[in-house]
Amino acid sequence: MKNSCIFLLAIFLLMQCTSKDTTVYTPVPYDLEIPRLFADKLIAPVIPANNPLTEEGVALGKKLFFDKKLSGNNTQSCATCHSPQKSFTNNRQFSEGIQGILGTRNSMPLFNLAWNFDERFAWDGKELSLERQALEPVKNPIEMHANWETVAEKLQASPEYPDLFLQAFGSSEIDSVLITRALAQFERTLISGNSKFDRYLNGETTLTPQESAGFNVFMDEAKGDCFHCHGSDNNPLWTDNKFHNNGLDSNFSDLGLGAVTGDTNDNGKFRSPSLRNLRFTAPYMHDGRFATLDEVIQHYSEGLQPSATIDPLMKKVNQGGVGLSLQEKANLKAFLLSLSDPDFINNPAFRE
Amino acid sequence: MRVLLFLLSGLLTWSACSSPEKVQSASVAVRFSHNWENTPVSSTDFNTIKFTNENGEMLSIERLRYLVSNVILTSANNETYELSPYQLVNLGEEEVTIESNEVPIGDYKLSFVFGFNDAENIDGSYPDLNTASFNVPGMLGGGYHFMQFDGKYVDQNLAPAGFNYHVIRAVNIENPNNLVFQDTSIKVSLGVVTITATTDIEIKMNIAEWFKNPNTWDLNTLNTVLMPNFDAQILMHQNGKSVFSLGAVHQ
Ligand code: HEC
Ligand code: HEC
Repeated sequence: MKNSCIFLLAIFLLMQCTSKDTTVYTPVPYDLEIPRLFADKLIAPVIPANNPLTEEGVALGKKLFFDKKLSGNNTQSCATCHSPQKSFTNNRQFSEGIQGILGTRNSMPLFNLAWNFDERFAWDGKELSLERQALEPVKNPIEMHANWETVAEKLQASPEYPDLFLQAFGSSEIDSVLITRALAQFERTLISGNSKFDRYLNGETTLTPQESAGFNVFMDEAKGDCFHCHGSDNNPLWTDNKFHNNGLDSNFSDLGLGAVTGDTNDNGKFRSPSLRNLRFTAPYMHDGRFATLDEVIQHYSEGLQPSATIDPLMKKVNQGGVGLSLQEKANLKAFLLSLSDPDFINNPAFRE
Repeated sequence: MRVLLFLLSGLLTWSACSSPEKVQSASVAVRFSHNWENTPVSSTDFNTIKFTNENGEMLSIERLRYLVSNVILTSANNETYELSPYQLVNLGEEEVTIESNEVPIGDYKLSFVFGFNDAENIDGSYPDLNTASFNVPGMLGGGYHFMQFDGKYVDQNLAPAGFNYHVIRAVNIENPNNLVFQDTSIKVSLGVVTITATTDIEIKMNIAEWFKNPNTWDLNTLNTVLMPNFDAQILMHQNGKSVFSLGAVHQ
């Protein structure tokens, strides 16, 4: 007993010595700047223990995000469909892959992803973490249509990447695991928290009478009743990140969550998107069916379609909705636009 | 290092010797179960119109989550042990268990508050509840939902229609510049439980009671937009008093 203790102690001391001598590069922890409003109102963001943010990892992730080498024919990067100027989406109804084939879903804006606490990504929640999500577009035949081994080889053969991976992860052996970890790190730094409404909540500006009347429509259970799913002044994410059927269709060509869970009670349910940055992200909904916010508001006001899975929060469905007045619609729109954050799309840290 | 080991072993022997002299603490777990007139209800029962309320309406449950606070054990000489300051219970998600290892063995009265009392119903100040979007709009005085119970019922035209049985602090909004509140949180006393070394306590919610006692609830008239409806909140408050009861206590 005594002997083995001494032995263990010796090993321990030895380890201490060796670690001092070697010159393994340790990446610098990345200081994620969390908006005060988020820190005050929300629980802490999700950063997985096996992929902490580092300066080197985030910088590498950014480089990869904009690099067309990740696609089969070097014509597409993540940014092709997730452009910083568009709040990391694009303005097409459906995104086009490298062979010009259209997908069936509207590209999603990317921000505040570390606050998606259930970590169910994509419109239907089929991707279970950012790391795992990033595997998908690269190999998707109607998106970047590449093969992960080839992508890794391309990067490995480049003059700069092996070193960058070494600095970020302590290994210059590039593979899909490290590539997706870097991408996820960069994505977690995409924080949008400086809209006009944020500044209003921080006491830095005032709303116009129309914007504040629109906020009331949003919060009024008898009018918009949007807050039950889309956040509020107390939930600055402007989404619940949960799955609902908001009454777009009576028959579903895309089952959404239902196709993922196999439960018919989930048919037609999609994840509530954040209402931040709508000014930059048209068209709207999972299939980009609405070109304008006016059409979205029209839908909630008088376009609701009945179905077995429509959310019970959708009221007066047999009349198509609660029927907002023209004034209420205009006010609601003005409020929604106040949630857009020009600083986010102009942030040089997020540009190529 | 050696000093550390010495201290550590000292600590271990000390705690090993001293613990028998202390009052023995129990490990207590409180969990919530749900039923419809004694038939168990879980999320697998959601989304199907299969319940019938006192007034005869058929209905389904699609979402049911509620807030309890001040879950407390009180001893005969009025010593109190707070098992939890507040807890959101969500039938649609993983079961929550309130646990404590601090309560000495003995007999206690078990009580909790359904919702938040006025003093604790502070707008925006509970990050986990904000994150869960459980807030009440500022135009209704802010604070938090006590319960969000959504589903569909079969209306008078035999068509399914949504209902939103949302319980909050009652508020009269006739004059938006002078909101009048009534604290409609419910103090629930569940009687005496005996706490032994390990005790597992079940608190039961009979969901049917929300529609039943003393007020027979008519979903055809009271279905949605109940948050700003002061009178509806008073009716909910009255019905809520008989919803909870003490279930099995396992030692
Ligand atoms: C061809 C266009 C296209 C390309 C290229 C593309 N995406 Fe996407 N992205 C989409 C679409 C469309 C969705 C929605 C998918 C769905 O719901 O099925 C999406 C969804 C996402 C989401 C989920 C966001 C959320 O809130 O759930 C993330 C994260 C994402 N993409 C990251 C990436 C990354 C990283 C890359 C590069 C490796 C990439 N995308 C390349 C079109 C694209
Ligand atoms: C029951 C929950 C729920 C309520 C209430 C609700 N929404 Fe939505 N909202 C959703 C879901 C889910 C989607 C995505 C639906 C889809 O694409 O199939 C969505 C999509 C949107 C979009 C499109 C955003 C984008 O990026 O494509 C806007 C804008 C929007 N909602 C605004 C509102 C407004 C304004 C209200 C109140 C009048 C409201 N919502 C009420 C759940 C809800």
